[in-house]
Amino acid sequence: MAFTLKINGTPHDVDVDGDAPLLWVLRDVLGMTGTKFGCGQALCGACTVHIDGQAVRSCQTTVDSVGDSAVTTIEAIGRAPQGAALQKAWLELEVVQCGYCQSGQIMSAAALLKDTPKPTDDDIDAAMSGNVCRCGTYQRIRAAIKHAAGV
Amino acid sequence: MDRLTLREQIADEKAMSRRAFLQGTGLLLGFALTGASTESVFAAPASQVVEDEVMGAFAPNGFIRINPTGAVTLVIPMIEMGQGVYTSLSMLLAEELEVKLDQIQVQHAPPNHALYANSIIGIQNTGGSASVRAFWIPLRQAGAVGRNLLIAAAAKRWNVDPATCRAKGGVVFDASGSKHLSYGELAKAAAKLPVPPAANVKLKDPKDFTLIGTRAKRVDSAIKVDGRALYGIDTRLPGMKVAAVAISPVLGGKAKTVDEKAALAVKGVRQVVNIDEAVAVVADHMGAAKKGLEAAAITWDDGPNGKVSNADIVKQLEEESKKPGAVARNVGDVAKALAEAAQRVDAIYQVPFLAHAAMEPMNCTVHLQKDRCDLWVGTQAPTITQSQVAELTGLPKDAIKIHNHLIGGGFGRRLEADGTILAVKIAKHVDGPVKVIWSREEDIQHDMYRPYYLDRLSAGLDAAGKPVAWTHRIAGSSVMARYYPPYVKDGLDPDAVEAAAEPPYELPNIHVDFVRVEPPGVRTSWWRGVGPTHNVFVVESFIDELAHAAKQDPVAYRKGLLGHNPRALAVLSLAAEKAGWGSPLPARHGRGISVQFAYGSYTSQVAEVEVAADGSVKVKRIVCAIDCGMYVNPDTIEAQVQGGTLFGLTAALHGAITFKNGRVEQSNFDSYLPMRIDEVPVVETHLIKNAEAPGGIGEAPTAIVSAAVTNAIFAATGKRLRSLPIDTDSLKSSS
Repeated sequence: MAFTLKINGTPHDVDVDGDAPLLWVLRDVLGMTGTKFGCGQALCGACTVHIDGQAVRSCQTTVDSVGDSAVTTIEAIGRAPQGAALQKAWLELEVVQCGYCQSGQIMSAAALLKDTPKPTDDDIDAAMSGNVCRCGTYQRIRAAIKHAAGV
Repeated sequence: MDRLTLREQIADEKAMSRRAFLQGTGLLLGFALTGASTESVFAAPASQVVEDEVMGAFAPNGFIRINPTGAVTLVIPMIEMGQGVYTSLSMLLAEELEVKLDQIQVQHAPPNHALYANSIIGIQNTGGSASVRAFWIPLRQAGAVGRNLLIAAAAKRWNVDPATCRAKGGVVFDASGSKHLSYGELAKAAAKLPVPPAANVKLKDPKDFTLIGTRAKRVDSAIKVDGRALYGIDTRLPGMKVAAVAISPVLGGKAKTVDEKAALAVKGVRQVVNIDEAVAVVADHMGAAKKGLEAAAITWDDGPNGKVSNADIVKQLEEESKKPGAVARNVGDVAKALAEAAQRVDAIYQVPFLAHAAMEPMNCTVHLQKDRCDLWVGTQAPTITQSQVAELTGLPKDAIKIHNHLIGGGFGRRLEADGTILAVKIAKHVDGPVKVIWSREEDIQHDMYRPYYLDRLSAGLDAAGKPVAWTHRIAGSSVMARYYPPYVKDGLDPDAVEAAAEPPYELPNIHVDFVRVEPPGVRTSWWRGVGPTHNVFVVESFIDELAHAAKQDPVAYRKGLLGHNPRALAVLSLAAEKAGWGSPLPARHGRGISVQFAYGSYTSQVAEVEVAADGSVKVKRIVCAIDCGMYVNPDTIEAQVQGGTLFGLTAALHGAITFKNGRVEQSNFDSYLPMRIDEVPVVETHLIKNAEAPGGIGEAPTAIVSAAVTNAIFAATGKRLRSLPIDTDSLKSSS
């Protein structure tokens, strides 16, 4: 089936089954590899993208459920003020280690700051506990979110 | 000059000057880190990557390339998997070469034992917390050789004494500072000069370091915050297909039935490959491949391991550990000292199988052709991978081209080539390049696990409570015997007893031995922290038991046994002081301490925990003191202490792989639990600075944390935990 996906402001035509996960359409069909595969079961958050500004797990989002909604990925999150501030904070506080989960971390954090510009620790816990980091960068992720938010 | 294959390069190395060898041949692999560039970084096609030449470049050794445009490249022998080696090793080179860190581009080294072996490990492997330790001198020497030659080239052009010139920021200046030439301008001339032996060059006095020891920024951060960083799993090639794979759930089993027709009916599925031990569905995209794999409804013949269970594995360890093993250490007369002791303490400790569960699942892209095999993969062991694939394909080693990549978490998993081997077996049946990606379930259920160990300990205390006898028997799988057989002498696996054979304490009578017990149907391997991750938990728990038996404070008791070991004593004292050891805590709160010497570093941690009435454990704070000698980047060390601690803590709290009917019972992050942000404590790092040789850091905090936490739980509850993961049911309040 043919679908037109609006990704990072650009329409993309894809011809896949409607139940194909958005994750693999992004990565394998469209070549946008910044969004990562981690678990396939919405347990780790590595594949987080925004759909109409909401953080969703693209591994559990089928292409036919996206419709006309705007998809934003890590490749374009820097165009949003929250994304840019977070990326800057991530660099200033040296958050990354292996870096594999960080696309998803930043996407979840960007959705948090959009809705909650001055998050508390509890807000951060609630928004970020779906994102796993096996390198254990959580302490710096928390600090960087606060740094970006100016709290 | 014709392009040479790698084998020819190595063969010709003796015949040619090293520089001619390096100049004329293609050693560059992978991709350059582009720093703040806004361009996407894509892996170049195989032909371009492998055979790119550095014509005219200044290449005085295996590590440095400077071309006439001034670009400085470090051909980096170790792989980046988060631990920060791209930054720390670049810093070592930059310090002596006299370039700024941001002037250096990093390229993965190809497999080449002669040029890139890690001297501590003895092979070109990234592991063992050994990268900085092994390359601390060679990379500085390489940089100094390069700087000297570039200065000599400038001096020759100016007709002055090289000793009057100096280099800074990639530029050579004359004595007055009025004349200057950039490294790019000097590259060709410097390449014509004879290269002095590395050992002959004078290295900087550490007091003159301007980069080493500073909090320099990581060189790989920028590409990791906007999706540009390319891991093996991100490989894209013209005509490439992707494959989902199902591996026999029982080791040694085979596919019995595969509904190929149903799989091929899925849109986008191209091919079903059945190699008995696994079935792969090859498709245009992974969504289709996974759907096809599901449709294939594979059934399995379990083979001989279909009855393997944890209970049987533990029973085997219990029995075998009653017999004496290969002796790792024997000092004094333990039997006599134990018999004469005023008090005796005995204990059995157990630690479980553990999966690595790195965030980037196992994957490998293969393009197998008649005369070559290209591999796009992140590997900690490029030479081993190359050898194993050569053996499997029958191709010569130099026909196995490894395009190494950033690794999305290694933790030891990528020291094994099994994922690559499986991908090549599949690729034998596929026309064109194929990327094989394991699901998370496959990744967790077909890992090569940290061995299950069972330890028996006995100690005798004198009337004052001092340990006059110490025996420790370790029983479990020998990873070393499979991986590096020559390192196992007379049945003794040095990894299995590391940090147990030589506890930091004064122990006048000590006997430590190892009994090798291989579990059926289970593959074991290296896991972050290797031997010490198991042994430090056991030794530091048991010494805590002895302190309790002696009715002494755990810190005071350890101090009394560390008089001969000032660096261990110093980290212990610092951790205790910074943690506020001895200050009062509420009920069911406790502090625990541990200390270790491993990977060349001294480490001590204090954990502070709260145990709720329902037995749940909240680790509130970890204070870590580290003496890793001279250090390269303190920010990287803090990051490793934070992350390494959580890696070990995750295992202590949640980690266990168990077997039933030959199958792993855990499958994804809902049954093999990672720590999450709402669960983690703050980790504080306190560094001791001194002039000792650098120690390793990536694994030290992983190995030490479990005992600090279980000792804290003992302090909080009086319950001694002798097995991991922590059994919260056993910690419920009786009131």
